[in-house]
Amino acid sequence: MDSFWGAFAGAFGLVIALDPDLMEIIGLSMRVTLTAVFLACVIGLPLGAAVGTFNFPGRTLLAVILNALMGLPPVVVGLLVYLVLSASGPLGPLRLLYTPTAMIIAQMVLVTPIVAALTRQVIEDLNREYSEQFASLGVGAFDRLTAMLWDARYSLLTVALAGFGRAVAEVGAVIIVGGNINHVTRVMTTTIALETSKGNLQLALALGVILLMIAFAVNAGVMALRASAARAAYA
Amino acid sequence: MIRRAFLALAAAVLTTVFVGQPSFAEDKFIVVQSTTSTQNSGLFDYLLPIFKEKTGIEVRVVAVGTGQAIKNAANGDGDVLFVHSKPSEEKFVADGLGVSRSDVMYNDFVIVGPADDPAGVAGSEDVVASLKKIAEAKAPFASRGDDSGTHKAERRLWKAAGIDPTEGSGDWYRETGSGMGATLNTGTGMGAYVMTDRATWISFGNKGDYKVAVEGDPILFNQYGVILVNPEVHTHVKADLGQEFIDWVLSKEGQQAIADYKVDGQQLFFPNADKGSS
Repeated sequence: MDSFWGAFAGAFGLVIALDPDLMEIIGLSMRVTLTAVFLACVIGLPLGAAVGTFNFPGRTLLAVILNALMGLPPVVVGLLVYLVLSASGPLGPLRLLYTPTAMIIAQMVLVTPIVAALTRQVIEDLNREYSEQFASLGVGAFDRLTAMLWDARYSLLTVALAGFGRAVAEVGAVIIVGGNINHVTRVMTTTIALETSKGNLQLALALGVILLMIAFAVNAGVMALRASAARAAYA
Repeated sequence: MIRRAFLALAAAVLTTVFVGQPSFAEDKFIVVQSTTSTQNSGLFDYLLPIFKEKTGIEVRVVAVGTGQAIKNAANGDGDVLFVHSKPSEEKFVADGLGVSRSDVMYNDFVIVGPADDPAGVAGSEDVVASLKKIAEAKAPFASRGDDSGTHKAERRLWKAAGIDPTEGSGDWYRETGSGMGATLNTGTGMGAYVMTDRATWISFGNKGDYKVAVEGDPILFNQYGVILVNPEVHTHVKADLGQEFIDWVLSKEGQQAIADYKVDGQQLFFPNADKGSS
């Protein structure tokens, strides 16, 4: 168990040392994941809300598909994005393979269904409550969506955090499309995979502890913001 | 007020996302498709800064198994191929996907095993006889099973021993389907013999009670080659920069740098560039 407790000491030491390589890796991890989650929300929130609100043919099927896509295996997503971005693939000329942009695309593909599917459920429940009122006031479709998205914002914040959790912990997709290139596409999870394969288990675990602390900090930050926003609302 | 808080959050996210980006505009780089052994052993971490210092060219290494590296290069997703499976490399060139192949360096494979040595092969210099003993004893053997250069070399050795180990697949012959390091982690965890390149083994950090059991047989020789991906097939290949890298690796200076790289005082790779090319 030496290595187990040693990992915590090691994680602490790494953080204290502010190693520039480690800071670069953490920075890239955050940039890739936050961008991917942000873009996934831009697509997933309106999409999920629309499916949760409006009646149209194939609505149930679409909801089932969105739910199923929450289980997308990261390696499969990585492979698909690789085939699309490869020099021999349809988007090859863009030269995006082995760049952070490729990693953002892969994570966005993974996270968007999660955001959309969970949003659909939240908004569908809310719509049941609001629909009569909307109808009696003659509210237009666009205003209905924005009003419900706004009223459900705290639940949707948790939805976004679920997406963040998936993206920040993911290794299978980003290692294929990013290539784990030192100083270019190396992020926390791919570094952990690399150190594990080198047999440096304690260092790998220490990096895992740091990743967990970052996820904790992001969640705590969002919760604090939410609390202060809620306080302000009643002040 | 609430809206303002959310706008602040959105603004903060947007700022990290779009403003605080390091520049990736630097165009003087090449992508090298290579194998896990060259990366895990730390060789590239040692070589590439020397090369960059001299030429200003950044080398981005994608380290995967030889099989996958060759496929990626065939798709045009790399400028240079730096791997270790001579027959596959020669086929790559013969298919017109690569310009030409040059020997760079070699190291050797070893078979590592647990201290209690269940098949009684420790100290042997005869690989074929050792593999026969392992198969007879049905002692656990962890194979890469991933079509990598090491896996291909291992299969050639089983063939030389006249044994089809896949008959024991899932029993004593265990194909991990993963990289060298992962296979060593798995193998040492279940008391299995593992064939590994010496470089990865020396720099491996999770050895437990494992020792090198079989070494020194000439057929364990492991040759690395370097190939420029054919710019006539994939026009975006940075032929000039790629060739500059290859020329440097094969030059006296590059070869000396390879020889200078040591872990725990042991030389991991032995340069042999002038010995031949095809």
